[in-house]
Parts: sequence; C-alpha cells; structure tokens
Amino acid sequence: MNELKTGLETQEYFINMGPQHPSTHGVLRLMLTLDGEIIKNVEPHLGYIHRSIEKMCEKDQYRMIIHLTDRMDYLSCHINNEAVCLAIEKALEVEMTDRIKVIRTIIDELTRLSSHQLWWGVMGMDLGAITSFLYGFRDRELITDIFEETCGARLTMNYNIPGGLMFDIHPNFQKRTKEFITHFKKKLPEYDDLLSNNVIFKQRTQGIGYLSKEDAISYGVTGPSGRASGFSCDVRKLEPYMAYDRVDFKEILSTEGDCYARYKVRIAEMWESLSIIEQLIDNIPEGDFQVPTKKVIKLPKGEFYQRVETARGELGVYIVSEGKVSPYRVKFRSPGFSTLSAMNKMATGFKIADLVAIMSTIDLVIPDIDR
Amino acid sequence: MEREQLKTTIQNLIPGIELDETCKDYLIGVIASEELYTAAKQLRSDLDLNFDFLFSLCGLDYPDEDVLIVVYHMRSSQFGHTFCLKGKIQGRENPKIDSVTDIWATAEFHERETYDFYGIVFNNHPDLRRIFLEDDWVGWPMRKDYVDHVNIVER
Repeated sequence: MNELKTGLETQEYFINMGPQHPSTHGVLRLMLTLDGEIIKNVEPHLGYIHRSIEKMCEKDQYRMIIHLTDRMDYLSCHINNEAVCLAIEKALEVEMTDRIKVIRTIIDELTRLSSHQLWWGVMGMDLGAITSFLYGFRDRELITDIFEETCGARLTMNYNIPGGLMFDIHPNFQKRTKEFITHFKKKLPEYDDLLSNNVIFKQRTQGIGYLSKEDAISYGVTGPSGRASGFSCDVRKLEPYMAYDRVDFKEILSTEGDCYARYKVRIAEMWESLSIIEQLIDNIPEGDFQVPTKKVIKLPKGEFYQRVETARGELGVYIVSEGKVSPYRVKFRSPGFSTLSAMNKMATGFKIADLVAIMSTIDLVIPDIDR
Repeated sequence: MEREQLKTTIQNLIPGIELDETCKDYLIGVIASEELYTAAKQLRSDLDLNFDFLFSLCGLDYPDEDVLIVVYHMRSSQFGHTFCLKGKIQGRENPKIDSVTDIWATAEFHERETYDFYGIVFNNHPDLRRIFLEDDWVGWPMRKDYVDHVNIVER
C-alpha cells in the first residue's frame, strides 16, 4: 500500500487484458497487477487455442505431422514444415539436391519477409498508426500471390515434403520474385519514414521493455527479440541448413535490448532477407525437385532433433522414434512460448500503454505458443 | 567443445551419470531424478561447460518400465556445444523431481507444461499449476495410458 502525499490510501489492483484484446493478436489473457498505471506483475494465462498437436502427432504418420505444423506459427508456415522435413530427412539419411536446397532457402526467406511485413504493419497499428497496417499488407500481398501460385494456398501453406518439394516451382516464380524485390527495395525506405524516424514512435519504444543479454539467454528468448539483446542465436549462422552456408548475410545484433532495438533488428533483417533472395534467385541449379522416399515413412529407433530459424526464433523439433510408422513422442520447442515467459521481466515497472509496445515487438503468434 | 572432450568432462564432473551416444545430434546423459538438480547446477556453473541456455524441457512416458523421464536440452551460448540431460523418475504413481527454475528462468513455463501433460510434480517450483488445460481437468493427457473417449478418436 502506498501513501500518497495527499494522505490518501491507495492499493494495488488487477485487471484482465484479453483474452479478446486487439493487441494480443489472438486469444491470450494477461492478468496485470497494477499500482495506478504502473505494472507490478504480468501473469499470462495460456491455452485458449491449445489443440494438443503433440498428442495428435503420436497417432499420425510422419507425412501427416507436417500439415499440423503450419497451424502453429501460421506466419512461418513454410519454415515450420521444413523443420519437420529436415528432421525426417536427417533420420533417414537422405541427401537433398542443390535445387531443393536453394528453392527451400528462397521460400524460407520470402516467408520471413512476409511475416516481418505483417509484424511491421500491425506494430504501427498497435501504437495508433493505422497507415502502416495498410502499407504492410500492400507489400505482403505480392509475396502471398507468389506463394499462391507456387503451392495453391495463401494461409496454412504446404510446399515442403520429406524428400523435397511437392512440385517444381511455377514458371513465373523467378520473374515475380524479382519484380517483388525491385518493388520492395523502393518501399522499405518508406517504412523508415513512416515509423523508424517518427518522433512519437521513438518515444513510445526507446528505453521501453528492456531485456538484458543474460536474461534473454536464461529465459530462452531467441530470434530477433533475443538478438536485440545481444544474444547471438541465429540458427542460420550457427548450424547452417539448406543453402544458408553458401549465401552471404549478416547476423543482426544489437545491444540496447529495448523495444526500439527489437524493431530495428527486424527492419535490418528484412534487408538481409532481400539480399539472400537476390543472391539465389538467378542461380537456381538444375536437378530434381524430389528425392525418392518411401510412401510410408518409418524412422529408425532413436531420437532426433532439428532446429531452424523461423521469423520468431528458434523452432526445435524433437522426435523420439521406436521404429514404427508413428513417432513415440514429438515435442515442438516453439520460440513464442519461451519468449512469452520473459514478458513479466520486460514489462514490470512500465505502464499499460508500454505493454502494448512490448507485446508488439516480441511478435507473438498465439497458436505457436499454445500448440 | 568436441564430443569426446565433452564426454570426459561431464563424466568427471558427474560420476553418477550414464552417457548414451546413440544420438547423432548431441550427447545424452541419463541420471536418477534425485541427483538431477545437483547435476544441472554443475553443468550450468562449470566454466568449461557453461550450459546457460536451456532451450527445451519436456516429458517422456514409458509405462512398460514404470518410468517417467524429464528431458532437458541445453546449449552453451558461449561455446556452442549441446547436451541432453534426462532425469529418470522411477514409478509413475507419484512422480517428483526438483525444479530447475533458479538455474534457468525459462524452466518455469516448461515445467508447468510438463506438469500439465504428465503430472510430474516439480519441487520448489514457484507457481506449479496447469498451463494449457483447465484447472479442473482430470488426468495427464500426454501419458500413454490416458483414455478419453470423448476428445480422442481412435482410428
């Protein structure tokens, strides 16, 4: 209890933010303990869209699991699919052709770009700038169109299968991707004009939601949020998979650890993704887009772990196999779940309005957390 | 640290550990649940190992052997080596293991998840409740002998 100078007695109280709150971008309930407008404690309540994906995997064959993963982090669907495919391919010891590696890398980076574009648009909207939402979606539409032509869907897309890709790329793929790059290179500086250099935006993000490097590691905060705190955790660099060892790109690190740093890291990552695609798009090697695998896959007895870098951080697929057609246990180490656990650390001491900024910059996707 | 070196270092540090090399991705160490907390603390604080990043924690159920296992995947952000520690709990009736929340903060959520799915009680956990399912949910759904005729369709 605080005694104000006026002599009035005050007390802490709590309010519910969510489950239906526009800035949680899904059904997440935060129980806030407040002293006036200052946050004393944030307690997330999860599970509103828990679908027991891990339990379902134990009953499914390996090929079926892939189609569950794009329902987790639906903005990184291709990368999620790829994680399971890579784990299976590693267990079966099948080597991918260069063509598959390069196409998968391009698709991954397009996915990352489209996810960051959506994040950027929504982030602006959360802080009261509706225009950025429309800008983000305008540019994202072009990537969604490319994906629609490639795999036939605009959300919950499936393109990766164990042993390669479902089909070869569309004849227009290279042309349209190059058109997109030219378009987006002109548009990305607009993002800086709208938000990055905006005084109101800076005041609402700079110095807010600080997370130290030690805390980032201890809480397992990966991806752009972890790298903004100086935690070098880019799986593409640490454990290169697919064609990431043959492209030249930088791991974006920052030491500030506040909301603005997380924002800047993502903007810089968009430039890096563009550069990765540019290096590969003209050099897609000839070859097969599929390596033959059995129709019903049986993994050898043992356990396998594969990690990939999604738009949100490190996604790990842990498969324990007993040598049957279905896995004995599957665990998805989802980036959002660990990042959310650091929310209390980041938000304590700030105001409710700052919590909206913090939630935007750690880029939560709720199905990824609830699984 | 290379795998051979990692093997000798861990074996010297924790004599009671049983090392398993069947996995290509990382070295696995199995230890009894009573000694797990001490082992985890040693792995975290040893300057040559420095496993500061617990990236995954999950449960495993083996009803035939009457065993529950808690799997800790850890990595060193400084050296980049990975290790998988498994705490073996004998007896599925009333499983208990010490919490590692004071070693790795991320364990708080992960242990709640494991409690929610497997019913493993983590001693000294600051706030052990179900995390995904409702508080009044009956049973531990990720256990192999869990039956739910309403929500699980048998094929």
